[in-house]
Amino acid sequence: MGYSKDQLLARLKELQIEFSQYEHPVVLTVEAQAKYVGNMGGVLSKNLFLKDKKHRYYVVSALADTKVDLKVLSQRLGLGKGGLRMAPEEALGEILQVPLGCVTPFAVVNESARHVSLLLDQGFKSQKCCIFHPLSNDMSIFLNAQGLDKFLKSVGRNPSYIDLEANPPVGKDQPPDLAAFVPSDSPVLSDLPEKAPPSQDSTGKSIGAATNSAAVTAKAVKPSGNAQNVKEKPVDSVRPSIPAADAGKFVEELLDRASALLLSEISEDSIKQHGGQLGDEVANNIKKCLREDLKNLATIFKNTAYTEGFYAGTRYQPKRL
Amino acid sequence: MEKTEDKNQQQEEEQVVNPWEVSAKDGGKIDYDKLIDKFGCQRLDQSFVDRVQRLTSRPPHVFLRRGVFFAHRDFNDILDAYERGDKFYLYTGRGPSSEALHLGHLIPFMFTKYLQDAFKVPLVIQLTDDEKCMWKNLSVEESQRLARENAKDIIACGFDISKTFIFSDFDYVGGAFYKNMVKVAKCVTYNKVVGIFGFTGEDHIGKVSFPPVQAVPSFPSSFPHLFSGKDDLRCLIPCAIDQDPYFRMTRDVAPRIGYHKPALIESLFFPALQGENGKMSASDPNSAIYVTDSAKDIKYKVNKHAFTGGQDSIEKHRQYGANLEVDIPIKYLNFFLEDDVELEHIKKEYGAGRMLTGEVKKRLAEVLTELVERHRRARAAVTEEMVDAFMAVRPLPNMFD
Repeated sequence: MGYSKDQLLARLKELQIEFSQYEHPVVLTVEAQAKYVGNMGGVLSKNLFLKDKKHRYYVVSALADTKVDLKVLSQRLGLGKGGLRMAPEEALGEILQVPLGCVTPFAVVNESARHVSLLLDQGFKSQKCCIFHPLSNDMSIFLNAQGLDKFLKSVGRNPSYIDLEANPPVGKDQPPDLAAFVPSDSPVLSDLPEKAPPSQDSTGKSIGAATNSAAVTAKAVKPSGNAQNVKEKPVDSVRPSIPAADAGKFVEELLDRASALLLSEISEDSIKQHGGQLGDEVANNIKKCLREDLKNLATIFKNTAYTEGFYAGTRYQPKRL
Repeated sequence: MEKTEDKNQQQEEEQVVNPWEVSAKDGGKIDYDKLIDKFGCQRLDQSFVDRVQRLTSRPPHVFLRRGVFFAHRDFNDILDAYERGDKFYLYTGRGPSSEALHLGHLIPFMFTKYLQDAFKVPLVIQLTDDEKCMWKNLSVEESQRLARENAKDIIACGFDISKTFIFSDFDYVGGAFYKNMVKVAKCVTYNKVVGIFGFTGEDHIGKVSFPPVQAVPSFPSSFPHLFSGKDDLRCLIPCAIDQDPYFRMTRDVAPRIGYHKPALIESLFFPALQGENGKMSASDPNSAIYVTDSAKDIKYKVNKHAFTGGQDSIEKHRQYGANLEVDIPIKYLNFFLEDDVELEHIKKEYGAGRMLTGEVKKRLAEVLTELVERHRRARAAVTEEMVDAFMAVRPLPNMFD
C-alpha cells in the first residue's frame, strides 16, 4: 500500500536526482544512525512527526543539531502554547506508512500523507549533503536540498524552508508567522482505530461524502462563533442544511420554506381580511418574500452541480482511438 | 492663509481618500460632494435608478435606491450600449489582507451579484494577493492562502459559476494579461504615478509597478479564454470610491492603447460601528460586524458599541427626537433593510422621538443576523473543489445568458 524503499529509490533515479545510499542494520534513533553513517561527510537529520489538537499532522525535518522547541513552533503556527504533541505510534503507520524511528520527509509521497504539513529546516540548504531514511530504517540516503526539492515538487509539494530556531513574538499585532503551514483541509481521522471518512479532501471524495451526509445530518448548522472556524474544515456533523447537488433534498428545502410561509400567511385574521382574495394575496406575498431566498438556494445548487461536473471533467480519460 | 504646500502633498485640513488611506477632515465626516468634485466623477441621480429599473425589468437594488452607490463614470454609456444590444462585463476585486471579512467588505460584492443577475453579464473578480504581499508585508504563501479563503466568502455572496471567473494575481499574471500590463505601464510616467498614488523615493519598486496589475482587468483582451474576439466589449467596475485613482489612470491610458475606457459605479464608505469618525480596523473586532459573528455577538456589538443619535434620557428623546445624521443603526438600516416603507417609518418615528433607540437597535440586530446567517449557510456549501472550479482558466460559454 505505502511506497516502498525500492520504489522510492527507483523514483529518485527516474527524476535524475543525485544521491548515494548506504545500508546498515535497522536503527531507531539519530545516535544509532550516526554510528553507521556519521562520518561519511553528510549531515544527519532529525525528523519529528507531530500532531495538533485538531488532528492535523506535521513532519518537522531539521539538521540534527538544530534546536527545535515545540512550544515555540506551536505558537508560530498559531496553535497556542501547548498545541503540538508527538504523534502517536499508530499515526506513523496509518498516515506516513513508515516504521517506528523512520520519520522522513520522503514519506509525503504517500497518498495517506497528503495533508501532512512539511516543515523543512533552512539549514539544509547550505549543506552539501543531508542524510535521510528512504522509507525504511535499514538504509540512509545522502542528497542535497536541491535534490530533495526536486523530489518534493514531483509529488506536488512546494518545498519551503524555515528558520526553525527563530522565536519571533506572536501577539495581537504580530500574527503567527508559520500560520500558512497549518493544513487547511485535513481529513477527519480523529480516533485512528475508527476511520471516519475525510470530510473535505482534494481527491474529490468530499463530493460523494457531501451528498451522503446531507441525508444523514438533520437541520440547521450550529453557528460557529469565532473567526477561527472559517479556517477549519467542518467536521461531518456540521453540514449545511442546504443540500449539495442533491435534487431531492433541494426540492424538499424549497417546499419546506414555501409551505412554512404559506401556513404563516393563513390565519383567522387574514381570512377575515381578504376573504376570497386570500389566495391571490398569499401567492403574491410568497413570491415577494421567497424570490431572493430561493434564487440563492438555486444558485448554490447550480454551483455545486457545476463543480461536480468540472471536477469529473478534469479527470476525464479521453476515448482511445 | 496662503497655500504654500505643493498641490500633491496632503494638507492637514483636507480629507484624504486613496486606496490605502481614508480619513476625513478634522476627524469629521467625509464630504462626498467635495470628493466627486475633486475626483471629477458624476453623481448617480434618480434618473439612472429609474433607467436601470426599466432596462432590467426588476426593482433596483437597495444600494441604488438608497444612494449607497452614488457616483459613476460613463455609466450612461454602458446603459446606452446595453439598450442597443451591446453587452458588457463586470470587474471587481478584493485585496486579501485578512481572513475575517466584515459587512463593509461584502457591499461591493452584494451589489455586483445584483448587477450580474439583473443585466445577465459575466464577471471577473481579481484577488490582489501580490498587492497585499507588498503593502502588508505578508509572505507569498500567506497572501495566497488568504486569497483562497476570501474567495470562499466571495463565492458565498451567490455568484453564478457559469458566468464568473475568480483569479489571483500570483496565479494568473502572465500571457495576454501581462502584455496588457506592459502596454499600460509604457503609458504612465513615474512622475504621474507618484502624483496619483503618492509614492516616495523610499517606496520599493514593487509598489510603483503595481498599478497596471489592477488596471488591465478592465480590458477584455486580458482574458483571452473568456473574451477572445470581443475586443470591443465594455467593462463596468463596481467599487468603493477610494479605488477611483487606479481607474482614473486606466481611463487615461485606455484610448491611447486602443481600448474602451472602463466605466465605474462607486459606493460610499461603510461606517464603523462607533460612528463616521471611527475607523473600522481589523484589530478592533468591535468596530465592525464580521461574517463569522453569532447572533449573540451581533446583538452585543449593536447594543454596546453602535454609536447612536438618541438623546441622553427618554424624556429628552421624546422631546427632541434622534439625530439621524450621526445615528449608526439608522445608517446601517439604510444599507441593509430592504423594505423602503418600513425604513421610512422608522426614520420618521425615531426622528420624532416616538421610537426609542433600543427598538431601532433591536430591528438592526435582526436584519444583520439574518444577513450573516444566510451568508454563513452559503459559505458552508463552498468546497475547495468549488473554489478550484471558480478559479480555473476555462471558457464560460453561457456567460451572457
